[in-house]
Amino acid sequence: MTGRHGPDDLLRFLQTDDRDAGCERTMELLHVYVESVLAGEDPESRFPGITVHLRNCGPCEEDFQGLLTAAGPR
Amino acid sequence: MPGLSSTRELAPATVTPDASSTRWIDGLRPPRSPQVETRLYELLLRAARSEVGRRAGRLRLAGPELDDIAHQAAHDAMLAILRKLDTFRGESRFTTWAYKFVIFEVSGKVARHFWFRADEPLEAEHWGRLADRFGLSPEEAAESADLLAAVRRAVEEELTERQREVFVALVIDGVPADALAQRLDTNRNALYKTMFDARRKIRRFLVAHGHVSQGTGG
Repeated sequence: MTGRHGPDDLLRFLQTDDRDAGCERTMELLHVYVESVLAGEDPESRFPGITVHLRNCGPCEEDFQGLLTAAGPR
Repeated sequence: MPGLSSTRELAPATVTPDASSTRWIDGLRPPRSPQVETRLYELLLRAARSEVGRRAGRLRLAGPELDDIAHQAAHDAMLAILRKLDTFRGESRFTTWAYKFVIFEVSGKVARHFWFRADEPLEAEHWGRLADRFGLSPEEAAESADLLAAVRRAVEEELTERQREVFVALVIDGVPADALAQRLDTNRNALYKTMFDARRKIRRFLVAHGHVSQGTGG
């Protein structure tokens, strides 16, 4: 579900993290997370579970990039 | 377990929206201002076009089809925003909250398009593709043959039928998660949880059989 390159990435893909917030929670707070990024804050400390999730979920990461672009400076 | 973690983030407190967000909300509450509605639709359409364009490289879509998706996404996002206006809690700018709806609409419509374009049935699962999916060169695949075989064995022996079905579709066949969720009449979150459990089981199998050290990243 994420971009993959090489045997190490296969093993990383299989690694799970109990802090993972999941898609539902991430989608619920994605706009707040994006504003935190745009404000130059440290979203990882405020939303560790979402940060973990975005590293592991391709579709949510795709949406994050899209929202970051839409809400970012033009 | 994703989404059930004890470190789950607290929801941001409801805050007073900034002045610009307040103007948006006031203009969209009944009786709605046609000018504000039009302005919001223009913003949503611009964001939808940008997002469809950003994803276009991975889609087999032509210009008019892309624009059609953008228009549909903007329209459906507008309806969703008006329906959920009272759930805006002011923890972000109104426009960032609104853009989220259009991004999700684009995601969903692109996923549906995957099946429209999948005019031939997907091939039966083909394990030779596992190495390709992770970008292994032929040499790396040969060196990792034991590992790849162990992953296959774990999938076949350790996963439930549902977990196996989802793993094969997403990882081996490369079906986009949102497209698979629509086909299986479920949602992205449920699929992710299924895959989360599957990944954990496979890794445990690899540890138990000496392919991975416990507690290491690999």
